[in-house]
Amino acid sequence: MSIVAILIPVALLLGLLGLAAFFWASASGQFDDLDGAALRILIEDESVASRDDGA
Amino acid sequence: MNAATTLRPAAALAGTDLVVDGLRCASCIAKLEHGVLALHGVIEARVNFTTKRLHVAHDPVLGTDALIAGVERLGFEAHLLAETRTVNRESKRLARALAVAAFAAMNVMLLSVSVWSGADGATRALFHWLSALIALPAIAYAGRPFFESAWRALRQGRTNMDVPISIGITLTCAMSLYETAVQGPHAYFDGAIMLIAFLLGGRLLDSVMRERAQDAVASLLRKLPDDVRVLGDDGQVHNVAVAEVLPGMCVLIPAGDRIGVDGLVEAGASDVDRSIVTGESAPEPVAAGGAVLAGTMNLTSPLTVRVTATATDTVIADIARLMEAAGQHKSRYVRIADRASRLYAPAVHLLAALSLAGWLIAGAGWHEALLIAVAVLIITCPCALGLAVPVAQVVASGALMRRGILVRDGAALEKLAAADTVLLDKTGTVTLGQLTPIAGIPEDAAQRRILLALALGTRHPHARAIAAALRDDGVVPALASEFREVVGTGVEAVFDGRRAALGRHDWVAAGAHAPEADGVHTWFACGSAPDACIRFADAVRVDAAAAVTRLKKSGLSVQFVSGDSWAVVRSLAHQLGLFARAQMSPADKYEAVSRLEAAGKHVLMVGDGVNDGPALKAASVGMAPSAASDVGRQAADIVFFGDRLMPVPVAVSAARRTMQVVRQNFVLAIGYNVLAVPLAIAGYVTPLVAALAMSGSSILVVANALRLRGAAR
Repeated sequence: MSIVAILIPVALLLGLLGLAAFFWASASGQFDDLDGAALRILIEDESVASRDDGA
Repeated sequence: MNAATTLRPAAALAGTDLVVDGLRCASCIAKLEHGVLALHGVIEARVNFTTKRLHVAHDPVLGTDALIAGVERLGFEAHLLAETRTVNRESKRLARALAVAAFAAMNVMLLSVSVWSGADGATRALFHWLSALIALPAIAYAGRPFFESAWRALRQGRTNMDVPISIGITLTCAMSLYETAVQGPHAYFDGAIMLIAFLLGGRLLDSVMRERAQDAVASLLRKLPDDVRVLGDDGQVHNVAVAEVLPGMCVLIPAGDRIGVDGLVEAGASDVDRSIVTGESAPEPVAAGGAVLAGTMNLTSPLTVRVTATATDTVIADIARLMEAAGQHKSRYVRIADRASRLYAPAVHLLAALSLAGWLIAGAGWHEALLIAVAVLIITCPCALGLAVPVAQVVASGALMRRGILVRDGAALEKLAAADTVLLDKTGTVTLGQLTPIAGIPEDAAQRRILLALALGTRHPHARAIAAALRDDGVVPALASEFREVVGTGVEAVFDGRRAALGRHDWVAAGAHAPEADGVHTWFACGSAPDACIRFADAVRVDAAAAVTRLKKSGLSVQFVSGDSWAVVRSLAHQLGLFARAQMSPADKYEAVSRLEAAGKHVLMVGDGVNDGPALKAASVGMAPSAASDVGRQAADIVFFGDRLMPVPVAVSAARRTMQVVRQNFVLAIGYNVLAVPLAIAGYVTPLVAALAMSGSSILVVANALRLRGAAR
């Protein structure tokens, strides 16, 4: 059963990592424009060189 | 990194948010963003497709007008947001709380499953401690929306849904912690955190729906210019804020602009569209000496107006005050979930207390009796009840939104379902609020081309209506020469040597016999052809009769309240078979609604103008078409798009179906309690049973609510 002592913290840590990722995404506006994100994939970015960093 | 952008001076940037119409696809996004970026002084442009907004970071030198003009050159229509508020979004906060609760619930459940499958002794104690370690901070964080709301309610001596939830969760946590400390078998951390996760889910849906609708309504509101052009004594024109305009000042009002002041016309002659303020459909000619009202539109030619009232004394300011009063007198509506909890909470707490007392009397120890009482509390905690209302309302308003009906919050659906009287405004609500020619347009193709050329030459609403109708038919304007406009009278021009004129009868066909013509009309003469009288009517929404019939069939009593003249209202009322009242001032409409409300009726007011604002506020529930005035749209609980009236009965029947499902959900949730509570009182409920029962009943109510997806029919 001593393996539990390792597995449980590992499982919690991984879960917390996911939670932290969600918090970051929510704070940085990743969910602000879900419909737009679905469409932007279709935009052909022919002028990559002239845009600063694609932002 | 591009050299051009890095070389820009690091001056403070201005940020502008525009609402853009006409965004449809990916290439629209690309076209708009690239096009705006190409404007001089724009550093960054980002489209938010969901909210149809464009955020531009730009040099402060670049004005908003230039920006809007630039967007319009790209083929989109744009306007400034009326309010640029960046409130801390409730849904964001709830989403974060839900993420924490769901994360904790998953991990605690993992540990609980091992306990249920037979872990005992030191392992069980360890798992319980771990559960407590995860669950308690998570509950403290994720439960805040409930604790705060319950605390607010209790401090004001009220009770709501959150009070039994908070009490239940707190007691469960305390009891489970004690159980863990004495190494007992039953800890309910999983139940408590799962309950919070489920309830947060319902709460989140509710707030997402409300914010989506409010965003859409906010996008409709245009920022109005809040200053007027005042002609000073020195002959110079200054821009003065509307609030600082004093009586006696001289204000210049260009054609096509909104009039910002109440006053008397000093010079100029024009036509004024007063429909927004008074509900009259026909434009009114004004000349020197005539009165104009703030909020109306100057249509045809520039006016000079002598101000007669300060900004706080204008007719429109009076309406605003009336609306404020209406908002204050309106009794606070108590939502159905909170009404249910008024009965539910005392019953549940009494039941838990009784089982505690019962088991003590029956000879059980304090520990055992308390455990059973907590089991009763957690089984009866209104988990399914907390989901029953929001899920049904969110599904229904999603269905309505797809039909172009925006519901601003769930309470609007509840109030709409209870409505028994409908008051309809006329101009802009039952009608489209636009004049359309109904007779007298010539059949001859050449004459139609000449008529269009004349009509395009002036901003008069009659001419515009003719031009719109002819253009829809695909007519191309003829080539005119010697074009001349006589303000307040008409336009004339020469086509291939023939004189043609459009305007007032005595000018177009001077000397000719003037036949009787009632209603709104104008005359057209072309060469030697007989003069034509073109008649107009404010087009009734095509399905108005069908919509009124459907409303009556639903058992609602329908009435007209109009600010327009009796002659105009009578024919329409007769056509639709309605009781009507005409020439009502904003205060009369407000009175009519308040009287009905005071008599115990639940009024649905449908109106669009500023003059309907107080009535919309005073009614149980207000509906406005999206083409309404900003005041009308903001006062309404529900906004509908399109040029049909059918959304009104559709919304009513959808609201009624929603409430039916909500009631079914209550029965389901309470029925489950009736089954589970005796088990809990008898002491048979373990944490496993509680968890199963809770998720089972929640899934049941959500599944039932999903039936509302097709409610908007």
